[in-house]
Amino acid sequence: MSTVFGAINAALDAVVTAIFSGLGLLVPAVYAAQPFWIRALIALAAIGVAGWMFRKIGQVLSKNRPYFRDMTFGVAYGFAFAVWALGATAHLFFIVENPFFRWAIQLLIVFAIAAFLFRLLGRGVGTTGSRKLFRGMPLTAAFGILIILIYAFVAIFAAAIAPYGQEQVLANANIVPGGNPATGGDPAYPLGTDQIGRDILSRLIFGAQNTVGIAFVTTCLAFFLGGSLGFLAATLGGWLDQLLSRIVDALMAIPALIFALLLMTIATAYAQGERTQVTLYMILIIAVIDSTRVFRLSRAVGQSIVVMDYIEAARLRGEGLGYLVFREMLPNAYAPLLAEFGLRFCFVFLTIASLSFLGVGIQPPFADWGTMVRDLSQFINFAAFAPNVAVTPLLAAGAIALLTVAVNFVVDWMLHRSSGLKE
Amino acid sequence: MQRLLLGLVTLVVVSIIIFTAVNLLPGDFAQAILGQGATEEAIAGIREQLGLNQSPVTRYFQWLSGVLQGDLGVPLSQAMMQSFSGASTGGNVITVAEQIGPRLSNTLFLAGVSAAIAVPLSITLGVLTALYRNTAFDKAMNISTLSAISSPEFFLAYILILFLAVLNPIFPSLSNIFPGMEFSERLNKTMLPALTLTLAVTAQMMRMTRAALINLLAAPYIEMARLKGLSPMRVIVKHALPNAMAPIITVVALNLAYLVTGVVVVEVVFVYPGIGQLFVDSVKTRDIPVVQACCLIFAAVYILLNLTADILSILSNPRLRHPK
Repeated sequence: MSTVFGAINAALDAVVTAIFSGLGLLVPAVYAAQPFWIRALIALAAIGVAGWMFRKIGQVLSKNRPYFRDMTFGVAYGFAFAVWALGATAHLFFIVENPFFRWAIQLLIVFAIAAFLFRLLGRGVGTTGSRKLFRGMPLTAAFGILIILIYAFVAIFAAAIAPYGQEQVLANANIVPGGNPATGGDPAYPLGTDQIGRDILSRLIFGAQNTVGIAFVTTCLAFFLGGSLGFLAATLGGWLDQLLSRIVDALMAIPALIFALLLMTIATAYAQGERTQVTLYMILIIAVIDSTRVFRLSRAVGQSIVVMDYIEAARLRGEGLGYLVFREMLPNAYAPLLAEFGLRFCFVFLTIASLSFLGVGIQPPFADWGTMVRDLSQFINFAAFAPNVAVTPLLAAGAIALLTVAVNFVVDWMLHRSSGLKE
Repeated sequence: MQRLLLGLVTLVVVSIIIFTAVNLLPGDFAQAILGQGATEEAIAGIREQLGLNQSPVTRYFQWLSGVLQGDLGVPLSQAMMQSFSGASTGGNVITVAEQIGPRLSNTLFLAGVSAAIAVPLSITLGVLTALYRNTAFDKAMNISTLSAISSPEFFLAYILILFLAVLNPIFPSLSNIFPGMEFSERLNKTMLPALTLTLAVTAQMMRMTRAALINLLAAPYIEMARLKGLSPMRVIVKHALPNAMAPIITVVALNLAYLVTGVVVVEVVFVYPGIGQLFVDSVKTRDIPVVQACCLIFAAVYILLNLTADILSILSNPRLRHPK
């Protein structure tokens, strides 16, 4: 398998090197001597000239076919730009051999293939309903669902997967990721260890449990609080609605992250150094702040449902408040609330990660991605001569980004489906 | 006028919330900060310094009138130093206002640079994606903006540091700004934090611009303009864009408001001497007067920009400007 990849790589390498060494002769030395932004301007102008020539040549060769005749300059520029972007990618990949760029591209290709296979699997296996769902699914949504499933699996079985404990301090500190003894790695710690000798892979895996788990609990709490109050305000109306809405307006006037930081200051004073308690307070604080946003939405959704005829009918039947909210309103508010749950989860997750990154979020007994990024961030300065070392802070930050991107892809697809927008 | 009044009321309510939240601290915060081992004199000194022996309502109005006169109080660290060194010597005390002043202007500079890049960029990209909707370009932009929105700011910041500062030293990765710096050098050092913030806000603005424009494309006058034989670019820029201005202005103002709060994380990453960094440091050391003041400033800017969004969207729509 790897020899096949090696052969393909070598062949591509030879072709691309030949092309670029040919192109390199065309570039005058004066250009390379210019500062960065002048070179960027020249490149943009050159792409414009190339686009114009492409259109002209197309018109001449195709004897003025409508496609080339009516092509706007913007489209021609877009074609030239795409060719340039592909060329730049190939240049970075094969000539400069920037390791970070190579890893990113390889990861992208692997994910794209995995998402494609996953969608193929979903189309072939399962009930009629799920197959139908997978048929109309864009690749990005399949990618999102796959990533969410993987994260859920890792988070639930973290203790079984992780090779070491999350706070276990091992004998060897500062082991380089990669597991290659020649570059300072150790096969026993595939992603290396941090400054005080904790296994980074284990901490990443436990981080999935802690960070994602805490964010999930917080979001559920925010939904329970905001959703129930929002529906209550919508069904009952009157002074309760007014009171709750005004409180929410006032709370929403303070930016969320700032308010969370302010309340965390007070919470840490209350906790008197009890670290588990700080985490607990953080969950409550973020849940309350985010429940205001949920309240707004569920109230708006509830208000549009409350005026429906079937609610009127249920009221005339003499149904109680609980029946109205849970049996009549909730099923009809399902789609927008589910999408909001996804977005809210992303937001809560990012807030928690930011707080931990700033040092006031999830506290040390728990491994967590935001804290890991902060602890490891200094290693990024070694990128020029030791790319393996510099990648560790990006792993934790990338783990956060990957999940939020995945959730956003799924939510985007769900919103597109439920709105029926075709444009 | 009504909106201005509403904004003012919101600001007052927010100041009450901030004040109450701070006063929720257990017992008396002079003790909370000094810890268990503090002597009676030290606690009494701090109480005296901060006027803690009055009722909360009186203290609130004192604080408010101080804020209105630009007096934000004395940082706890300074108050502590004074109470330990004995009587108030005056002279070399740095007030909160003096601490915040230069940092606020730094932060506004950073937000201004980011906005100067982000707003034209996002509107241009929004127009282009609306023009070439459902093409490969549109889809690529959709995926990349969605990824940029959902990544945490520190991830974007470290990626930029990696590629633009460490591997290709184009911009410095630390923004050590000091007064008396040349403008071009200052701009150069602000560039990476500004680019990070640009990445974070451009996506949202671009998507809203695109959505607002596409919503209008079904309108009869757009059909008419197309049937007259105008070029697609002209149809969008001359006919659709002015009518889409209200939602675009709103989203721009909201994102500027977001910029001001989003600076917190970015300033910490780049060690940029702005108000966000001061805020985080004070949160960690529990320097309550500074936290209070920073929080109030952030909230005020946020409310002000939201208000501006409301007013501008009314001004840009003739139908709302002249109600029947």
